[in-house]
Amino acid sequence: MRVLGRMARLFVLLATASTLLWAGTRWIQKVPARDHERANPMAGNPDAVMAGQLLFADHCAQCHGEHAEGKGKRPSLHSDRVQNEATPGDLHWLLVNGSLGRGMPSWSKLPDQQLWQLISYVKSLKQ
Amino acid sequence: MLALATVVPLLASTTARAQERPYFITYTHEMEEPGNLEIEFKGVTGKPPAANRFAGANLEFEYGMTAWWTSEFYLDGQSTANDSTIFTGFKIENRVRPLMREHWINPVLYVEFEDTSADKSLREVVGHDGVPDFATPNSVARADKEREMELKLILSSNFKGWNVSENIISEKDLSNKPWEFGYALAASRPLKLAASAHKCTFCAEKFMGGVEMYGGLGDRYSFGTHLTSQYLGPSMNWAAPGGMTLSASTSFGLNGYSIPRLYRFGVSYEIPQLLGNFRKAGAR
Repeated sequence: MRVLGRMARLFVLLATASTLLWAGTRWIQKVPARDHERANPMAGNPDAVMAGQLLFADHCAQCHGEHAEGKGKRPSLHSDRVQNEATPGDLHWLLVNGSLGRGMPSWSKLPDQQLWQLISYVKSLKQ
Repeated sequence: MLALATVVPLLASTTARAQERPYFITYTHEMEEPGNLEIEFKGVTGKPPAANRFAGANLEFEYGMTAWWTSEFYLDGQSTANDSTIFTGFKIENRVRPLMREHWINPVLYVEFEDTSADKSLREVVGHDGVPDFATPNSVARADKEREMELKLILSSNFKGWNVSENIISEKDLSNKPWEFGYALAASRPLKLAASAHKCTFCAEKFMGGVEMYGGLGDRYSFGTHLTSQYLGPSMNWAAPGGMTLSASTSFGLNGYSIPRLYRFGVSYEIPQLLGNFRKAGAR
């Protein structure tokens, strides 16, 4: 019984440590290579940018601001990380998985087509 | 003044599109966005054989505590023809996503406490729930207080626009009654996957269609589908302008122990970043 108790304590310790390590890692470092390399099938489509803008107003503006400028602790999407460092595949991965420990919900409820439209709009903010 | 101070920040908030699934019984792994409050009215009406027609309703307040934890509070009531209209009680539920990433199947743990009597909102069917329960007059049914704990394992997947969800339900009356079991299954998809490039009210992507099946699985001493009610039916919703979602469904009873047809309808409205709106109002 004592061994079982020690094993349980060890499990809790390791689970807590791995959760803290996972939460402490930047989301972009968690993206698998296969997702990182995914291209946006709607890239260069002006309709996708317009549709993405409407989706952004419906789903994202409440946290990230009307013009994606960021709000309080919610980051701006004009940042170097989003505009230059992250590939469309990285952003798609983030939208599907969210960053639940840091308050970013998963948007897997939206079909893939709408996620790519959103990414087209976010990437268009660079211009 | 207090009421005005409460309402103004809510009205001043921008609307958010909930993109709800058209389910009335089945839960998915899609949680409420953190900080958002969704207010939802869900109603059901049916005519059990040899009993009076009834209408049951819930008013729900669903709040996103975090991106992985959603909390909900319900007020329930019902009205029965040739009988009475009564408040039947309340429920508190919490849903937690234990896995922090999206998987093929995403589990959610659900815990609910309810304190109801004569409830006819039919938000889940468990044990041997069925037609005989509806024959009891409200005055008698009210005396039977049900304080129950409900646990659900929600399994849900999103793939190519489809959502497929399975709920396994177990419920225990906190008095000396056996565990009761039930299930709910559902699948749904938007009518169009890509969004339109222009604002529109009735475009196909604003509509979602689905099918839902649910029923009881007996209790600890008589597990199975004998003397249980089972339902199957289509459901639909429409993301209306102004942040509202309207839902409707017809469920068909699959055996003699079920009500032949249940008509369900729902209206929901989402208030984004509720506490943020109050903070802004306080700073003004």
